[in-house]
Amino acid sequence: MNTIGKITIAGMLILAIVPPVLLLSGQAFYMDLATRLVILGIGAVSLNLILGFGGMVSFGHAAFIGLGAYAVGIPAYHATYGEFEMVASYNGLLHIALAVGFSALFALITGAISLRTKGVYFIMITMAFGQMAYYFFLSLDIYGGDDGLTIDVRSELPLINLDSPMQLYGLSYVSLAVAMYLVHRMVNSRFGMVLQGTKGNVERMATLGYNTYYYQLLAYVISGAMCGYAGFLLGNFTTFISPDMMHWTRSGELMFMVILGGASTALGPILGSSLFILLEEILSSFTIYWHLPFGLLLILVVLFIRGGIMGLFKNMGGSSK
Amino acid sequence: MDYTLLFVQVINGVQLGLLLFLVASGLTLVFGILDFVNLAHGSIYMIGAFICASLTFYLGNFLLALLVALPLTGLVGYAIERFVARKLYEKDHLDHVLGTFGLILVLDTSAHLIWGPEGISVPLPLWLDGQVEIFEGAVIPTFRLLIIATGLGVAAGLVWLVNYTRLGMLIRAGASNRTMVSALGIDIKTLFALVFALGSMMAGLAGMLISPITEASIGMGGEIIITAFVVIIVGGIGSMKGAFIAAIIIGLIDTLGRAFLDSLFELVMSENAAETAAPAVSAMMIYILMAIILALRPQGLFPPKVR
Repeated sequence: MNTIGKITIAGMLILAIVPPVLLLSGQAFYMDLATRLVILGIGAVSLNLILGFGGMVSFGHAAFIGLGAYAVGIPAYHATYGEFEMVASYNGLLHIALAVGFSALFALITGAISLRTKGVYFIMITMAFGQMAYYFFLSLDIYGGDDGLTIDVRSELPLINLDSPMQLYGLSYVSLAVAMYLVHRMVNSRFGMVLQGTKGNVERMATLGYNTYYYQLLAYVISGAMCGYAGFLLGNFTTFISPDMMHWTRSGELMFMVILGGASTALGPILGSSLFILLEEILSSFTIYWHLPFGLLLILVVLFIRGGIMGLFKNMGGSSK
Repeated sequence: MDYTLLFVQVINGVQLGLLLFLVASGLTLVFGILDFVNLAHGSIYMIGAFICASLTFYLGNFLLALLVALPLTGLVGYAIERFVARKLYEKDHLDHVLGTFGLILVLDTSAHLIWGPEGISVPLPLWLDGQVEIFEGAVIPTFRLLIIATGLGVAAGLVWLVNYTRLGMLIRAGASNRTMVSALGIDIKTLFALVFALGSMMAGLAGMLISPITEASIGMGGEIIITAFVVIIVGGIGSMKGAFIAAIIIGLIDTLGRAFLDSLFELVMSENAAETAAPAVSAMMIYILMAIILALRPQGLFPPKVR
């Protein structure tokens, strides 16, 4: 096994062992941190599929997280306060189906339009579509609009009780592992090879006879659906959702996690989201102006670190290219 | 239909459109010539507003403050170009986006440090604070007319600058082939810094003009920048003419949508449903417009010829 593989296994082992141990020793705060990190990690893994491997710089990915969270919040709201009997339910499986389904649908529609364009246009259009979703939920007064929506009852799943921090973490962790495995398998399949080919040179792949548009669109839809699932988890974790989860700066943060860790690597998004959330936590404990050093750090990373943290590992290890 | 109200709203829409044009023109200038995506453009808009607000209290006159704040904002833009943007030009667009995203955090927090968390409202001189009655019942605030006049003036100035001056000639040459321009002995670095500072002044001017209406506040940049992006996508990135036309269209659609969509919806649905649906739809309208235009013309309405 190469260096990168070992680091990946080690990283996943740490995430499997450390947070539960900390929770059992009474450090609930770190469990919260780890849960948030793992859930956003799923979002980053999903974004990495299209950004890292597909070369599609999507700047609106937070919209899917928001859609997933509202797929928990809206049915639970109606189950508690009445109206819209059709969707009113605490059933977690229904919530997952709604989160994944609506995210996939939103990805299909916006992706079909966005993918007609390239480069900067694509970045800005995905950003604008994300912002469209943000404004949509912002102006929906029945679900709190600007003030957000509190989820009174978490999703009810068979065998799993999401009110237990340990079980919620367990589900998130397993979901992350499955997401990573799925992305790994997809990337190394024929589909993934074509996708990576379009990243290098779309015209060449098209000349080889592949309908690149449909490959890219499929990857975009899968990525969106996966991110919507992360939103389902995040909604259940925070039990409070607001349009702010979909704001374009959230999408920027997701993108940064991917780049910081190392795009188009399996562990990169997780490393990125871990470092991002830890830095956020540490810096914000020192000063309320923590965005200033944080922003400077981001600029320095872009200017001086090629390939993120995984890139640094690669340079040190040398053995694996 | 109330034609007086329609007239007033059209004026408001044109005013919003011209303000959007000021922001979008700087963005499209920097992108068209430097091939640089600047997310932090909105933060410069905010900084312009804050500098002008502070100076208004210091100098006691809004217009005087605006004239002093303009070159100062240009200087801020120059500093950003010199220390961050310049190092990003040779990297790809993804790096531009991430680097300027970091820059937004730095600039917004700096503004928070300097001016505090509260917004600053800017007082207008008396002669600008009044209203003008265009015809019976149609009353427009004088200041909005000033914004319209300034926006049109800047648009004309830009056309003149780009098409009829030596600087404009260099700018156009740099846009189509920067290697050739620098081979001919033009200091391309200074030219680029100038363009960046000019774009920043334009964003700053827009921020200064809006601050007496809303106020100078930390979040103002993040909101306008997305709309400005929509404007330049619809107009065709890098096209000044496209930015102008798209800005006016989007300003009008946004304003008229917010004003009249509910009464339009009431024609086909119940009053209650219209009141719920109208705000949601009008908030999304400019994005729907963008989607339709891109579905028909992926390069925008007026894609520039050289790129």
